[in-house]
Amino acid sequence: MTLASALIRAHIRERLAAALALPIVALAASSIAMAGEPVTIRIDNFTFGPETVTVAPGTKVIWINGDDIPHTVVSQTKLFRSKALDTDDRYTFTFDAPGEYPYFCSLHPHMTGKVVVKAPAG
Amino acid sequence: MHDPTDPNDDPTRPSRRGALECMVWAGTGLLWTLGGGLPRAVGLERALAAEASPAPFSFLQISDSHVGFNKPANPDALGTLREAVEKIRTLPQKPSFIIHTGDISHLSKDREFDDADQILRETGVPMFYVPGEHDLLDDEPGRAYLDRYGKGSRGAGWYSFDQNGVHFIGLVNVVDLKAGGLGNLGAEQLDWLEKDIAGLSSSKPIVVFAHIPLWTVYPEWGWGTQDGARALALLKRFGSVTVLNGHIHQIIQKVEGTIAFHTARSTAFPQPAPGSAPSPGPMKVPAGELRQHLGIASVSLVHGNEPLAVIDTPLAG
Repeated sequence: MTLASALIRAHIRERLAAALALPIVALAASSIAMAGEPVTIRIDNFTFGPETVTVAPGTKVIWINGDDIPHTVVSQTKLFRSKALDTDDRYTFTFDAPGEYPYFCSLHPHMTGKVVVKAPAG
Repeated sequence: MHDPTDPNDDPTRPSRRGALECMVWAGTGLLWTLGGGLPRAVGLERALAAEASPAPFSFLQISDSHVGFNKPANPDALGTLREAVEKIRTLPQKPSFIIHTGDISHLSKDREFDDADQILRETGVPMFYVPGEHDLLDDEPGRAYLDRYGKGSRGAGWYSFDQNGVHFIGLVNVVDLKAGGLGNLGAEQLDWLEKDIAGLSSSKPIVVFAHIPLWTVYPEWGWGTQDGARALALLKRFGSVTVLNGHIHQIIQKVEGTIAFHTARSTAFPQPAPGSAPSPGPMKVPAGELRQHLGIASVSLVHGNEPLAVIDTPLAG
């Protein structure tokens, strides 16, 4: 095998690999959007952060309380309600249906947040 | 103004209303006198001299003991409650009873309530409670509180009683809070309040106590009560109304017409002054200074026409 033909073969292999890899990457990207990695909302300084998150249907949302004071995560439409979360406690809820889900802390009701569930575009 | 037709208005006899016009609080070592609605501080020595004649009736306010709290702002909230009770036991005049304005426990656990009860029992005087939001964190919110402290109360734990001619009203403003809102009394409790005071003479001194301040201290931190103004409107006709609250772990006072507002210190941990920190969370102070930020308040009703006077006592300093 000449050096030139070896280079061409290598090039073809790379192109082939890239061609094969492309749909896999695309599939992976769309599966992130569909199933969703868990999304974390921090509770620090009596604030939900980020205050609004937008996620795909089926996404698991995890709240973690970083304050020295307990907080709760309570849906304004009574869809979900955590127990009191002490420092470092977590609460998880999986959002299946598209829509807007406003919530608040029932102990400190000035603390509000929103989860927006939206199917990815395309 | 003197009214000869009012038997309570005999200037030679101190009236109930006159009795409440001078309320002495044991406190920071400063006596706050309110003349013309403007607070003026005088030194503790003068305050003690003014107290020379013993008051006929006094009670004490304790608040926000947060038993179970063990975070850096105070790793031993039970210990500081114990110190507060020691302080109460050494008061020269034993209070007739103690009002606890809520957040007895930190997480509403049986063990926390047990510990609080055991220590507060050592005061040897009757206790009256209203719940804070930290006392309603059990699985069936408020069940544990009502089972322990709710005897004879209505709804979420509100009630009233009379003592030495003063009408005391305990209100609950920590249940059914609405998103984006403040403390909440609710229509049922306001209806009850209206009926409760309907038959009372306007000269009857009133003391109202609740956990969250009934007036708006700082809405950005939720320090106020959404429908508090409705309760205060019902109380407007009374000549002397004193509102005692907790929740904000610091002393804030205000006089509006015939209504005097006071918030008490916590026995567990201090919170920052409104807007002075990123959040109202527990304020960590140098260990040696903690007890200057914790304390109790004692209220004495003394006969005479002195203006309202206020003192608060820290655990140390």
